[in-house]
Amino acid sequence: MFGETANLAGLERRRGANRLTNGERGVIAFENVAYSYGGGELLSDISLTLPAGSFHFLTGPSGSGKSTFLKLCYGELSPTAGRLTLLGTERRAIGRDAMALMRRRMGIVHQDCQFLDHMSLRANVLLPLTVAGLDAQGSDLDDLLAWVGLSDLVEARPPSLSGGERQRAALARAIIMSPEVILADEPTGNLDWEMSLRLLTLLIELNRMGKTVVVATHDLNLIRNAKAQVATRVLRIRNRRVQLAGADL
Amino acid sequence: MTVALPKLASLLKGRDAGAEAVVPATGATAWLTNFTAAAMAFLAVFALALSLAAGRLADRWSGALAGTATVRITAPADQIDAQAAAVLAILQTTPGVATARALSLEEERALLAPWLGPDLPLDSLPMPRLVELTEDRDGYDAEGLRNRLAAEAPGAVLDDHTRWRRPLAEAAARLRFLGLVAVVLIGGATAAMITLAAGAALSANAQVIAVLRLVGARDLFIARAFVRRFTARAFWGAMAGTTAGAIALAFLPAADEAGGFLTGLGFQGAAWLWLAAIPPLAALVAYLATRLAAFRRLRELT
Repeated sequence: MFGETANLAGLERRRGANRLTNGERGVIAFENVAYSYGGGELLSDISLTLPAGSFHFLTGPSGSGKSTFLKLCYGELSPTAGRLTLLGTERRAIGRDAMALMRRRMGIVHQDCQFLDHMSLRANVLLPLTVAGLDAQGSDLDDLLAWVGLSDLVEARPPSLSGGERQRAALARAIIMSPEVILADEPTGNLDWEMSLRLLTLLIELNRMGKTVVVATHDLNLIRNAKAQVATRVLRIRNRRVQLAGADL
Repeated sequence: MTVALPKLASLLKGRDAGAEAVVPATGATAWLTNFTAAAMAFLAVFALALSLAAGRLADRWSGALAGTATVRITAPADQIDAQAAAVLAILQTTPGVATARALSLEEERALLAPWLGPDLPLDSLPMPRLVELTEDRDGYDAEGLRNRLAAEAPGAVLDDHTRWRRPLAEAAARLRFLGLVAVVLIGGATAAMITLAAGAALSANAQVIAVLRLVGARDLFIARAFVRRFTARAFWGAMAGTTAGAIALAFLPAADEAGGFLTGLGFQGAAWLWLAAIPPLAALVAYLATRLAAFRRLRELT
């Protein structure tokens, strides 16, 4: 199933993908960013840059702010202090419509894999194209679904899918627009070890194609496994601050 | 409104059906919208019919009373014929008076019969003599005529029907206005109901909206999904309600003299075309109400 990575590489080439335009500036840059909610500060004084084509893990205990960090990365939240730059544009300068257009350049995978349950898997994976008004006929949906191993389930409704199938479908939906950045929030949280490794393989393959990948996880074994295959950096949230983790991981 | 109409047409024609498909159909709001639009259209048909009938009645009454006047002569029996002759002579020489004639006793009896019965002994009653006049296109000087009558026929009083015509015309005009107010209120109530239904649908689909936002949907795309659905529901609901109202009106008894106002309630001739405007107007109201509600709710949700 996952020996089909060559298919995805061909898919990306045909699309003329990998449209990284931010170069060494970093696709996402935090400068003294803080985020507060309900009177309490959840994240403080974050200064870091996620370069184009990098692979980062984000780890930390439950409730430490991993999801909040990712929401800042895809613009669902705005920093309460500091300067956050997303794909070359300062967050505060991005309006509602511009934010929607920017999300089309980002692939987001949630732990709970939100789908439209009344639509087929095919329609769900094609959803980013639908909302962008693009022609789904010209997409490489079949190749993409084959790559994530869901070719036989295109007409299935999301509620009938297993946890692993939903995670892979969410990944397929996240990358159908060939985004520059992939942000995954606990993508293996509901998966067994074998399925987690399969999903990791997909993410590593996407990173090798030039995508910037950020994965929030508390699974240290997953991180160790990834480090053995690809150059990754690990960010750790501790005491509301994001630090680069050392060799202890 | 001129901007909204082409958008409305494109929505009803079925462009951008992809937006609608992303929102699951919700039975409760669909039923509520259809029913509301149908009921309101049904009521609008009757309000419109009432308004048009009041207008026709006002025109008919005004038309019947305008252009005519009556001179009422009250005098002792031995003088009444002389005064009647004097009045006719005055009227024949008054500029603006086209015709003038004294009503016969039979005609006076016919006028009083509905109130006093057909066997009225007019000979034994001190009846005034009535002279009916019609004015020509230029009309006559009522004040000047009154002065002449006062001088030459002291028992003659000119009644130009103004005191009858004015309250009738005012009542009919007010009735027509109230009918139009009712149509506007029905439109407002429809907008309010559809706004509530759209708000409920948006709240029920908060998860769907979150997914759409996640994959890069703009507010316009999300709003269009709801607007399209509610506009179509309002249009077809109003179509059903208008049809039912038209059938109900068509089966009212035909207008005749005895029936008066009630049997005249309905549409006549080209006025039936007003009904064709109700479904598109209902769709326009739904379009504007849902669009407003959707954008407001989307700003609240995220």
